[in-house]
Amino acid sequence: MSGETGMPPADFAFTSKNKKLAKAVIAKYPKGRQASAVMPLLFLAQRQSGGWLPTAAMEHVAGIIDMPPIRVYEVATFYSMYNLRPVGKHHVQVCTNLSCWLRGSDEVVDSCRKTLGIDFGETTEDGLFTFSEVECLGACVNAPMMQIGDNYFEDLDATATEGILNVLKGGGTPKPGPQGGRRGCEPAGGLTTLTEKPEGQGERSGDA
Amino acid sequence: MLKDRDRIFTNIYGQEDIGLKGARQRGDWDKTKELIKKGRDWIIEEIKDSGLRGRGGAGFGTGMKWSFMPKERGRRPHYLVVNADEGEPGTCKDREILRGEPHKVVEGALLSAFAIGANTAYIYVRGEFSREAEAVQRAIDEARDAGLIGKDACGSGWQFDFHIHRGAGAYVCGEESGLLESLEGRKGLPRMKPPYPPNIGLYGCPTTVNNVESIAVVPTILRRGADWFAGLGRPNNTGTKLFCISGHVNNPCVVEDEMSIPLRDLIDKHCGGVRGGWENLKAVIPGGSSVPMIPKSVCDKVLMDFDSLKEAGAGLGTAAVIVMDQSTDVIRGIARLSRFYQHESCGQCTPCREGTGWMARMMARMAEGRASVEEIDLLEEVTRQVEGHTICALGDAASWPIQGLIRSFRPEIEQRIADYQAAQGERAA
Repeated sequence: MSGETGMPPADFAFTSKNKKLAKAVIAKYPKGRQASAVMPLLFLAQRQSGGWLPTAAMEHVAGIIDMPPIRVYEVATFYSMYNLRPVGKHHVQVCTNLSCWLRGSDEVVDSCRKTLGIDFGETTEDGLFTFSEVECLGACVNAPMMQIGDNYFEDLDATATEGILNVLKGGGTPKPGPQGGRRGCEPAGGLTTLTEKPEGQGERSGDA
Repeated sequence: MLKDRDRIFTNIYGQEDIGLKGARQRGDWDKTKELIKKGRDWIIEEIKDSGLRGRGGAGFGTGMKWSFMPKERGRRPHYLVVNADEGEPGTCKDREILRGEPHKVVEGALLSAFAIGANTAYIYVRGEFSREAEAVQRAIDEARDAGLIGKDACGSGWQFDFHIHRGAGAYVCGEESGLLESLEGRKGLPRMKPPYPPNIGLYGCPTTVNNVESIAVVPTILRRGADWFAGLGRPNNTGTKLFCISGHVNNPCVVEDEMSIPLRDLIDKHCGGVRGGWENLKAVIPGGSSVPMIPKSVCDKVLMDFDSLKEAGAGLGTAAVIVMDQSTDVIRGIARLSRFYQHESCGQCTPCREGTGWMARMMARMAEGRASVEEIDLLEEVTRQVEGHTICALGDAASWPIQGLIRSFRPEIEQRIADYQAAQGERAA
C-alpha cells in the first residue's frame, strides 16, 4: 500500500472537527445501526488523509462504529470512490461510456494524456494529477465530460480540456460546469419549453 | 405539444431561485398540510388513479407499490428510501431534479412517507453528485428551519425526518435491495427476493424504495388531481416525463414532455433534430443502456412510452434516449456497454460474474471482427443463459444490449468479420 509519497501512516485519528462531524453522521441512523455510517465516515477519513484511505484510517473508522475491520475493508474495496492508494491533488476522471464516447470522449482522453503526460491509472511525478477512466457519471446530455474533485466539467472538447488542466497546473480554479456557454442541461439552440414565466401551482390548480 | 402550465418541473434548468422562497413561488409547499389532512388512503388512491408508474426504469405502479406496505404500523418502524443513485448510462434526469428542484424532492418525500406510514426517509444520492447532494441538503435544512419537516411537519402533527446518504460509485446500488444493503453499511449486493422490501426492507423493517422522479411528481399530482395527470399521455402510460436525449442530436438536453410523445417529435422539437437530418439516423437506445437498441425503421413510428417501446422489443427504462447516426460503429458502442456491465457486476451470481466478463471479451473481438460467424450465435445463446438467471436485473441489463445489436445489425457484424478475415488473408499472402 505504499505509494510515491512514502510509507503509509501507521496511525490515524479524526481531527476534533471531523470527530464532531462523525458524531452528527452517526446520529442520522437509528440506535444500534451505526454501521450505516461506514460509508460517510470513510469519505470523511479519505478527505482528511488527502484523498485516499490508509489501512490505519479504515481501522479507526471500524473502531468508532464498532465494526470488525474486515467489514470495513470489504466496503472500502467494493466501492470505486474509495482510493486505496494515494492519488494526486487533482483526480481527473474522464467518462468514456457510450453517451460521452459518441460525443468525442476519445478526444478528451487524448488531450488529458498529452497535457498531463500520463495514462489511465497513473499519477504525475509532482503528485498534482491522477488520471482515471470512469464509468457513466450521469451528465450524459452534457457529454463529453470529466470530474475533477467535486466538480463536473462538461461539454468538453480537446481545447477546453487542455485549458482546464492548464489552469489547475498554474494553481488556479477553472470554471466548472458546461464549457460551451450553456447554463446546464437545456438545449443549446435555445429553450424549447418553459418560455413562459412560471406561475404558482396554487394559483393555477383551480382551472386545471 | 405539452403546454408550460402542464409541466411539473418548472425549474429543471435551475434558471430560477432553487431555495425555499423560489420554490414556494413556483407552487411547492402550497397547502401541504391540507394534503396530509386528507389522509393516507386518499393519497394512495390519488396516486393509483393518476396512473403514475415508477420512473426508475421498471415502471411499476407507484400507488400499487405503496399499498403493499402494512396498513397498520406494528412494532417495526416504516421507512421510505428515495433512490437517487442515478447511474444508468445515458440517464441524467434525477441529477437535474436534485439540483434544480430539490424542494419538490423534500415535499414529495414527506407526502410519500406519510402515505406509507414512515416517519423517516433516506435519500441515497450517488457519490459523485457532490453539488447535487449539497443542493438537497440546503433544501432539507431550509424545510426543517421553516417547520415544513421535523417534529410537526407543516403543522400536520406528523413527524418526518429526512436524511441524505451518499453512495460511493457502485452501479448495482441502484437496484433497490443492493441499495438497502449499502444503506445498512455493507457491500451493495442485491438480496434474494422474496421477501420484498415492504415486508423486510431497511433494517428488517417495512420499506418502500422509489425513484427521485416518482417522488418529486407526487405533490403536483395531489394538488392538481389524479385526473389531470391521467389525462396526459395514453392509458397505462400517463402523465409527463423527463427525457434525457444524448448522443448524435444537434442539441442534447433534458426536457419534460408528455408521455407517449413520438420519438421523432421529441428529437426534432427539442433537440434540433438528428445530426445530419433524420435520414442520417442509424439507431436509438430509447431507455438507458440496458434496453435493446432500435433501428431507424422502428424509430420512425415508435412512441416514447412503456407499451409502445415494449411492443417494439425495447423499453422506456429511464427514458434516456441515446441517439446514434450513420457514422456510428454500433458494434464498438455495444462493446463499450459490455465492458461497463463487466465492471459493475457485483460478482455474487455466477452467470453474471462470469457471463459479463465473457460477453465483454467476446464483444471486444466482435468490434474488431476477430471472430467467426458461428460465434455470433454462441454469443446470443450465452446472453440467453445469463438473462433471468441472476438475483438482480444486472444480468438482464448486460444481455439485452447485445441481443438488440444482433437483432438489428447482424449483417454489420458479419461484414466486420469478413473484412477482418480478408485483411488477415492478405497479410498471410
